[in-house]
Amino acid sequence: MALDSKIPEGPLAEKWKKYRSTVPLVNPANKRNLEIIVVGSGLAGASAAASLAEMGYKVKVFCYQDSARRAHSIAAQGGINAAKNYQNDGDSVYRLFYDTIKGGDYRAREGNVHRLSEVSGNIIDQCVASGVPFAREYGGLLSNRSFGGTQVQRTFYAAGQTGQQLLLGAYSGLQRQVGMGSVKMYTRHEMLDVVIIDDKARGIIARDMVTGKLERHFGHAVLLCTGGYGNVFFLSTNAMGCNVTAAWKAHKKGAFFGNPCYTQIHPTCIPVSGDHQSKLTLMSESLRNDGRIWVPKKQEDAEALRTRKKGPNDIAEDDRDYYLERRYPAFGNLVPRDVASRAAKERCDAGFGVNNTGQAVYLDYAAAIDRYGKIEATKQGIDASAAKIVELGKAVVKEKYGNLFDMYEQITGVNPYDEPMQIYPAVHYTMGGVWVDYNLMTTVPGMYALGEANFSDHGANRLGASALMQGLADGYFVIPYTIGAYLSNEIRTKAISTDHPAFVEAENNVKAQIDTLLNIKGTKTVDYFHKKLGKIMWDKCGMARNAAGLAEAISEIQALKAEFWKNVRVPGSADELNPELEKAGRVADFLELGELMCKDALNRNESCGGHFREEYQTEEGEAMRDDENFAYVSAWEYKAESNWELHKEELKYENIKIAQRSYK
Amino acid sequence: MSSSSSFFTSSLGRKFVMGITGIFLITFLIVHVGVNAMVFLDSSGELFNTAAHFMGTNWLIRSMEFVLFAGIILHIVQSVVLTRANKAARPEGYAVSGSNVNSKWYSRSMGLLGTLILMFLIIHLCHFWVEARFGIWGGIPEGTVAGTHDMFAQMKIIFSNPIIVAVYVLAMISLSYHLMHGFQSAFQSLGLNHYKYTPAIKAIGIWYSIIVPVLFALMPLYVHFVINK
Amino acid sequence: MSEGNMNLTLKVWRQKNQKQKGELVTYPVSNVSPDMSFLEMFDVLNEDLVEKGQEPIAFDHDCREGICGMCSMFINGRPHGPKEGITTCQLHMRSFKDGDTVVVEPWRATAFPVIKDLVVDRSAFDRIIAAGGFISVNTGNAQDANALPIAKEDADKSFEAAACIGCGACVATCKNASAMLFVSAKVSQLALLPQGQPERYSRVQNMVEQMDKEGFGNCTNTGACEVECPKGISLENIARMNRDYLVAKAAH
Repeated sequence: MALDSKIPEGPLAEKWKKYRSTVPLVNPANKRNLEIIVVGSGLAGASAAASLAEMGYKVKVFCYQDSARRAHSIAAQGGINAAKNYQNDGDSVYRLFYDTIKGGDYRAREGNVHRLSEVSGNIIDQCVASGVPFAREYGGLLSNRSFGGTQVQRTFYAAGQTGQQLLLGAYSGLQRQVGMGSVKMYTRHEMLDVVIIDDKARGIIARDMVTGKLERHFGHAVLLCTGGYGNVFFLSTNAMGCNVTAAWKAHKKGAFFGNPCYTQIHPTCIPVSGDHQSKLTLMSESLRNDGRIWVPKKQEDAEALRTRKKGPNDIAEDDRDYYLERRYPAFGNLVPRDVASRAAKERCDAGFGVNNTGQAVYLDYAAAIDRYGKIEATKQGIDASAAKIVELGKAVVKEKYGNLFDMYEQITGVNPYDEPMQIYPAVHYTMGGVWVDYNLMTTVPGMYALGEANFSDHGANRLGASALMQGLADGYFVIPYTIGAYLSNEIRTKAISTDHPAFVEAENNVKAQIDTLLNIKGTKTVDYFHKKLGKIMWDKCGMARNAAGLAEAISEIQALKAEFWKNVRVPGSADELNPELEKAGRVADFLELGELMCKDALNRNESCGGHFREEYQTEEGEAMRDDENFAYVSAWEYKAESNWELHKEELKYENIKIAQRSYK
Repeated sequence: MSSSSSFFTSSLGRKFVMGITGIFLITFLIVHVGVNAMVFLDSSGELFNTAAHFMGTNWLIRSMEFVLFAGIILHIVQSVVLTRANKAARPEGYAVSGSNVNSKWYSRSMGLLGTLILMFLIIHLCHFWVEARFGIWGGIPEGTVAGTHDMFAQMKIIFSNPIIVAVYVLAMISLSYHLMHGFQSAFQSLGLNHYKYTPAIKAIGIWYSIIVPVLFALMPLYVHFVINK
Repeated sequence: MSEGNMNLTLKVWRQKNQKQKGELVTYPVSNVSPDMSFLEMFDVLNEDLVEKGQEPIAFDHDCREGICGMCSMFINGRPHGPKEGITTCQLHMRSFKDGDTVVVEPWRATAFPVIKDLVVDRSAFDRIIAAGGFISVNTGNAQDANALPIAKEDADKSFEAAACIGCGACVATCKNASAMLFVSAKVSQLALLPQGQPERYSRVQNMVEQMDKEGFGNCTNTGACEVECPKGISLENIARMNRDYLVAKAAH
């Protein structure tokens, strides 16, 4: 099967405009008869469902949480990008487009990214209109900040809770449609399979997580808005329930999986404190604006720090290695996420990690406190003592970062005003996902993937504040148009009875898997397997990968998967609220996905963005892309267990000149 | 899309009624305590009796009496309805309660305090108002002017009993706590919360709920221990 | 690795489903690390229960960073435990002492029926939002975001109200199981913005009506909700809702 990305012809800036004006429409009377299933209620799902319902389609929304408002989009802190140029600093649609392509290490589609950039401004308009309280200036206009090392201020934000505010905005639009009866909401429901009839997606099988009942739902189209799969690593900044199951079931029913190996590791997370750790907490990237990152220069100091014989304040200034400033003098502590993460790992692997696990570096605010303190003393016109300067400086830092510092102290019990914070990279976002064309349709007709669930816009590395933008772009401004291209041909399709053999068969398969899981009655808990999988993935398919490790990982995962199906213990029954059963189903899918991620990473013999192959680096240890051989999207087709076929979608750059990313 | 539900049967409407009647009763207490204070100014009771006579005969005050009773009854009826709804909202309680940390005991005990005040009110009305109007238990001694009541004399009789004095004093403690929460709560229920004025309202509320009940409580004590000696 | 040495006695509400009766069951837990979050302590206990062949304790949780509002738990008489300004997932075991007895119960309210163990049904909140907690603006209708300036003070206040995570701690702790803080936060958020004005008075009526239908209790202004709210939502919002409701009923 040949991959067709369906990018419209014409000049880059005209593609979307022209396509949008020519895409077939569905008349209002027909919309009433067309049913759309939306799985997931995060930014992409909620905005898509609300928009489609407003247009007149009949929509059903499914989410595993107890309310649509809890989807993990809510946890995004920093902001959302938009090419508004409100700050008059030279931003433009093209510049946002260019930054996104470059930030993605030249592994994203020009057409998609330009469209994303074009609609970014509409998103802000829409959100403000729906009551999102973005930060404002004293003049009453919207405030912007720069984020993730961009040279313009294009990030809109609402304190450190931008994701929350955007999601609640989309959620309120969704609830409005629920109240009007045009959306039917199914909370505490998990999609466990898609139903394909005559090669088209026609519905899903969902489990009511409270009663355990399996339900069949028909739809003329199915939208997967199910987020990313970072939890394959067990420890990540994702919510506990984030999973790949919906996407994976779709994949096994014919949807290709794009670039599974592209994983974003966020550099500033709170390090692991022990075996009990269930998830990792992100500390906003904005902390790197003022903090300096370091490890000791001497091994013996690192050793002393690990055994707590010394504290960070005992290490003399000359004995500290500010390694980002050393390696990247131009960008210093503000290098992009992938670069900062790898540099931390490099130091810790070399034995300079500073906590008991050896997996942490310092993020130090002492210099910032001193600097701000002096500025403040000058402002107030006082000849301050050193202690007074520290006091003034702490007050300024508290004003700017108080909530983050409080959060850090809450979790670690250490006061970050007095002692540098410990940070370490953690899995944060997955650029890979279900392969989609320009319409956001997967390789299964009628099945779409939106938001983090698809692979489309971020290439090999996502820029800060772009995930929220993409989720809302897909839901508010792309799918409402592009779905017409498919549904305009479906107006004659009557609702298919859920007694159709394809529904019966899909439900039976789901039931069979649940019964199997419950009847293994082995000796190991689901988390045991999940943690083991996570460790394999983190060690061998994490921040740095190599061919030997990946090959090992594949066989280890296969062995682990075999053990899982022989020895997992799932207590309880199928017809009740059973969190262990839910987890078991998700881990079963992660075990298969993990293998594909390793396979993809092994195939990609280059380093780009979030994918760093140790064999492919410059002498200074920087990522080395191979545009000659790997300027393509890997789209994997599921054939059978542990058997995939690779399809390549070539990436053509007609408007941007490919260059080496450098932050030196 | 405007809703048609009636204001007075909605949760907020009922709270509004509680608040407005509460504030009305608070203003009434000022008048009442003002009349009472005459006792301290003139221990012969003449001033007090004049004020009481005015209160008992002025047509405006007399018509306000109906409003007052209506206010009291509304306050009570609404509180019963609200309390029942509140109980129904949590039929199964907690095994452990940590509410002492997050709220004041008297703010959680308004129903109990109110019931105590109601019981007192009935006794108090029997002592003075019922006797003045209907004279069921022998009526109120006649004043120096024919056809008037010597309320001061009645008071001396009633407060000669130390148990009644104790009941009055305890009731005023209940009233004090009831007001301590009720005063500022009434403003909140009416939607009057403003960062500039609310601290003042709260402060006035605290002073009010100490001073007024103390003045009330002083009267039986004064009559019992000073005048009756 | 760095597992700790605290020993605790947990008393946890166990209830098979909505219909059956529940009870407090005692579980000793040992080797608790002060670095664990309260929910991680539950994870460890559950692992243990599964290994022993017992049914693990069902509890709601998701983001584990204090923003999704999914985690609940009434811990020693207080929602989200003894510390203020945080959710249960942000509560760490260093807030307890070795040898403590900790009683964990579900949110209790008629409007929040128990589904299983510590899991309750909070869909009443969704229905309240569906009744009016929105601005009726279809996708594509919006004018330029900077066309309407909003005073920073109003925008900030609106944001503070919008910070509500819908966890239900206010209902859980209120002696009357009242949802006023939750409802008023949404009413306020939108009432403070110019975009929210066209529907300001119908919104408050519809949301209050739905709140009353759901069987929540009434507000007696004890202020417990404000103290226990993990996001510090202010009682001022309740006053604003009272005010708007009065105006709505009087004039609209």
